[in-house]
Amino acid sequence: MDFDLSEVQSMLKDGLDRMLANEYGFESRNAYMAEPEGYSQAMWNRYAEMGLMMLPFAEEDGGLGGDAEDIMLVMESFGRALVLEPWFATVVLGGGFVREGGNDAQRGELVPAIADGSLKLAFAHSERHARYDLAHVETTAEKKGDSYVLNGAKSLVLNGDTADKIFVSARISGDVRDEAGLCVFLVDADAAGLTRRGYRLQDGSRAAEVTLENVSVDSSRLFGPEGGAYPLIAKVVDQAVAALCAEAVGNMEAMEKLTVEYLKTRKQFGVEIGKFQVLQHAAVDMFIALEQGRSITMYATMMADSDDADERGRAVSAAKVEIGRGGRLAGENAIQLHGGVGMTMEYAIGHYFKRITMIDILFGDTDHHLSKLSGAGGLFEAA
Amino acid sequence: MDLRFTDEENAFREEVRAFFREALPKDIYDAMIHGEYPDKDGLVRWTRILNEKGWAVPHWPEEWGGTGWDPMKQYIFLEELQKFPCPAPLAFGVNMVGPVIYTFGSEEQKKHYLPRIANLDDWWCQGFSEPGAGSDLASLKTRAVREGDHYIVNGQKTWTTLAQYADWIFCLVRTDTQAKKQEGISFLLIDMKTPGIEVRPIITIDGGREINEVFFTDVKVPVENLVGQENKGWDYAKFLLGNERTNIARIGMSKQRIARIRELAAKEMSGGRPLIENPRFMEKLVSVEIDLKALEMTQLRVVSADAKRGNTGKPDPASSILKIKGSQIQQATTHLLMEVMGPYAMPFQHDTGQGWNEPPIGPDYAAHAAPSYFNNRKVSIYGGSNEIQKNIIAKAVLGL
Repeated sequence: MDFDLSEVQSMLKDGLDRMLANEYGFESRNAYMAEPEGYSQAMWNRYAEMGLMMLPFAEEDGGLGGDAEDIMLVMESFGRALVLEPWFATVVLGGGFVREGGNDAQRGELVPAIADGSLKLAFAHSERHARYDLAHVETTAEKKGDSYVLNGAKSLVLNGDTADKIFVSARISGDVRDEAGLCVFLVDADAAGLTRRGYRLQDGSRAAEVTLENVSVDSSRLFGPEGGAYPLIAKVVDQAVAALCAEAVGNMEAMEKLTVEYLKTRKQFGVEIGKFQVLQHAAVDMFIALEQGRSITMYATMMADSDDADERGRAVSAAKVEIGRGGRLAGENAIQLHGGVGMTMEYAIGHYFKRITMIDILFGDTDHHLSKLSGAGGLFEAA
Repeated sequence: MDLRFTDEENAFREEVRAFFREALPKDIYDAMIHGEYPDKDGLVRWTRILNEKGWAVPHWPEEWGGTGWDPMKQYIFLEELQKFPCPAPLAFGVNMVGPVIYTFGSEEQKKHYLPRIANLDDWWCQGFSEPGAGSDLASLKTRAVREGDHYIVNGQKTWTTLAQYADWIFCLVRTDTQAKKQEGISFLLIDMKTPGIEVRPIITIDGGREINEVFFTDVKVPVENLVGQENKGWDYAKFLLGNERTNIARIGMSKQRIARIRELAAKEMSGGRPLIENPRFMEKLVSVEIDLKALEMTQLRVVSADAKRGNTGKPDPASSILKIKGSQIQQATTHLLMEVMGPYAMPFQHDTGQGWNEPPIGPDYAAHAAPSYFNNRKVSIYGGSNEIQKNIIAKAVLGL
């Protein structure tokens, strides 16, 4: 066992952290958020120059051959800086379908465009009544000659408002919650019949409602087997959840740091408030949540590329639960320990709190994953 | 990063398991599986089996019987020992006074005591806490006054675990009443057979006799039983208390208890179905399992960092949470095990110190569940309460 970063990984992490420390201060971030896309195109280009876009793709496809650990490092750094650019939507979600579901021609076409930053992707899957059930898809796909016709409504499509192309799940057969019968298509955002309504989420990141009305897609845009895309969706989402857990670790690290600094500087009753034991213990509880979250995220990351869907799903659900519980504790304590200033929009801590609250909800909250893991039999075995 | 065990480590784990399967006496295994610690005879037999194999004190220097295993193998050994479950060798000897003696003791002390600890020829107990010195240990009052080539010891120790079996006690005693409280303390080794020592049992809430009060009235202790230097005992005590990072989380023990919960929850019925199929029960269990998995990874991070540093440097900050989370998980699992028994957790089925030879009321595995839950409240109190641990983290890690 070796928990140390390789030399290349250390360089990646340090370079990215240094760049974000210079370019992603609180004021800069507010400015990026106010841009029309809700993020900075200039920063996006910087990431592309650094090679972050090509990171998790195979070298023969034009990528850097990175894996889930590398994604973890980037997401942790992004979590520390509250990065808004759609790297997660493009490289982890969209890139996941390209990597795990794309044939040679599809990878050959898409990886170079992702790599140079010219292509932004999104994943349109969730629907109004799906809640967190990955198999719940009402959107239909109907085969017509060499193409498919899509009809339905997708909700909460992360960065769906600015994506150039959108992966869309649709049902070609079976009942609404069946795992069998699902397809994944890559649809141009400007395709006829596709409309989108962009909006802001609580944390300042963006999403869209996407409506598909007789949208025609060529069969060359089908990813994975027709009617058999559920395992592909499950794998990409598991990898995405592991990545979000890493982002939350970055959030928690930043909250811990800001909070401890505040406890050391804020004075009341003539002393730094960090001298009060009850506040110290609340800060230690945050530290414990952070380290436990980091540990379980490493475990989920280690399993995220596995093709054993059962084992992978258990590890990822375990991480989502631990991160959900610990993230909430860390966020709520961080606000409490800051007192009134923690309540203000002008101060960073609340923005971390809001982000980590969104992360808990994304792709299934704490209860959902606890119940899922429980139904799958848990983590350990009987004597 | 590579978060897998190596082939060598996996082979070692198999070797350890195979030895336990072959060597652990059945009566001891039966006691352990029911949540009991073996009696004195059982622990002596088991320690000697381990010592014969050369595995009684694996973490000691090789010169004194250690195995030379790296930190990861040390950890695997302990995890498997707890998971099997085998009794752990007596901590007061092998984890506490042993390391103090081989680090700070005289050559004579090392030669005399260390082999006897490894073989459990001497049963050691710990004389630290006093009625007025708990979390504030340095305020201890037991006095040792030098008279010629002896110290005369007067005072009282308490919470002394298994003192009723003990041949020796290692004590913190005050040798200088004028100095700052941490600076007037010495570390003495005292023969329990010395006149003037009286052991009185304290019965714990589970009904067990595990702890005692130990009274010292004009107890004569030869000066050669002083460890290290006079008035330096607090340093040795800090060393002793900080010396246990690979064991304190008790990952293997919690894994074993979870396996037991799962086994028995499949036998106990609830609403016509096995309890293990009750989603609410299962979610509570899985919730603890998630915490345990996270703690296992935290433990492995600490062990792996120790291995890199050769176990000499500053501990990984994550190590400080092992005691807190480990104790919380132990307590959660003992509560779950009690829940598994349902109403059969209630009958009080053991007689202090005498065992229980009546037919069981309800299933034969229920008797120890509630006492074990009650007893395990101690784990967040002893060895520096969890609140003290948080004070330490706040100061040492967060810099508050």
